[in-house]
Amino acid sequence: MAWDWQMFCEDTLDRTVREGCFGTDGDITYLDWMLSAWGWTVSVSLLALVLALAAGVVIGTIRTLPDSKWAVRFGNAWVEVFRNIPLLVQIFLWYHVVPAIFPAMKSVSGFVLVVLALGFFTSARIAEQVRSGIQALPRGQRYAGMAVGFTTWQTYRHVLLPNAFRIIIPPLTSETMNIFKNSSVAFAVSVTELTMFAMQAQEETGRGIEIYLAVTGLYIVSAFAINRIMTFIEKRVRVPGLTAPSAAGGH
Amino acid sequence: MNLAFDFSFYSWDLVSNFILKGLYFSVMLTLVATLGGIFFGTLLAMMRLSGRKWLIVPATIYVDGMRSIPLVMVILWFFLLVPLFLGAPIGAEASATVTFIAFEAAYFSEIMRAGIQSIPRGQVFAGQALGMTYGQNMRLIVLPQAFRNMLPVLLTQTIILFQDTSLVYAIGAYDMLKGFEVAGKNYGRPIEAFIAAAVVYFVICYSLSWLVKRMHKKIAIIH
Repeated sequence: MAWDWQMFCEDTLDRTVREGCFGTDGDITYLDWMLSAWGWTVSVSLLALVLALAAGVVIGTIRTLPDSKWAVRFGNAWVEVFRNIPLLVQIFLWYHVVPAIFPAMKSVSGFVLVVLALGFFTSARIAEQVRSGIQALPRGQRYAGMAVGFTTWQTYRHVLLPNAFRIIIPPLTSETMNIFKNSSVAFAVSVTELTMFAMQAQEETGRGIEIYLAVTGLYIVSAFAINRIMTFIEKRVRVPGLTAPSAAGGH
Repeated sequence: MNLAFDFSFYSWDLVSNFILKGLYFSVMLTLVATLGGIFFGTLLAMMRLSGRKWLIVPATIYVDGMRSIPLVMVILWFFLLVPLFLGAPIGAEASATVTFIAFEAAYFSEIMRAGIQSIPRGQVFAGQALGMTYGQNMRLIVLPQAFRNMLPVLLTQTIILFQDTSLVYAIGAYDMLKGFEVAGKNYGRPIEAFIAAAVVYFVICYSLSWLVKRMHKKIAIIH
């Protein structure tokens, strides 16, 4: 079968090939559509990452607090709930169930709901890494903090968390790459990100292979870019003599 | 807040008509993909550790490629390509099975690679000193221990795999989530259906990971 890359230059409405491959006057070509879909993928992923980091660090930290049974229990419950329900089901819960319980959520767009779903889903995994990062530190570090008169907050802020973060950068890298991959599940609630584009454009044009190749390429480019950025951060913040363990598995 | 849910429409008829068929497919897909994935994943891991470049390069490209693409895209790819190769359409369920074996092989191969590398080199040398071939060494000495060391990780991956089977939604295969969705539509109660789906997934995955945690303490050779 023959390749037909020209379809990317076609107008999405009348299927005529546009010069320069980009649409004009508000009309868009498939190339325009794909690039905007990539933008949605990146936006969903980055916003979800911010949410996941914020929630994950808080939950992961309170799971290591000394003498606070209920905080630890709350943290454990959080992780178990968000880790043991498939992401797609969680997205459906945010999309169908949450607005039914809280009518105020009815006006919230699908985009925001997907960011919430993906962010909280990932926060459980990040919380788990933050917890194991803190617990991997020698106990002497906590005692040293106490010995110089630090409060619990100061011990975490100045001693434990800065060390733990450096340990968990490699698993955080794969978690960040996972967020980009998992954002593809947003197709289920019609957020026009890359996977949604791939499915719809395939149906409209019948050029599945070309479209899937282009979309797959963009996913690989995104994953590679994150990998480079995280490696750069890891090198910048590295403390000589501290090395990190690596992990296998997961998605 | 509006908490006026009505779960009374759930009956044995509904469960047996809609849910069990989907649950059966989800469980079978998980089992087949786990066994197939471990088999091909072990082959891939052995290729990557063979020290022969013509085996290492294709295995590495395959594993890294699969691991950098979203599973949904892989599902869509196979749904598009498999019928083209076979020249005849195959159902969404068959396509999903092929996809999950191929996809999980990449993830299981990374686990098996770590497992094989966890066996001290001295044991391989000892096997060689006894005159064992590469195959005998792997089958009799390295792999049995690698499996045992990696069993908790393999099972955790299987739980993740069970959750990921819900993604066959993308090609309309009838799995457990689909069963709940169809039941919710037919009875006009989509919200209760999704809540029930979440509870069932949670109960299954939580109990399995609890079992894995218990087993981990019992069987570990190292640590």
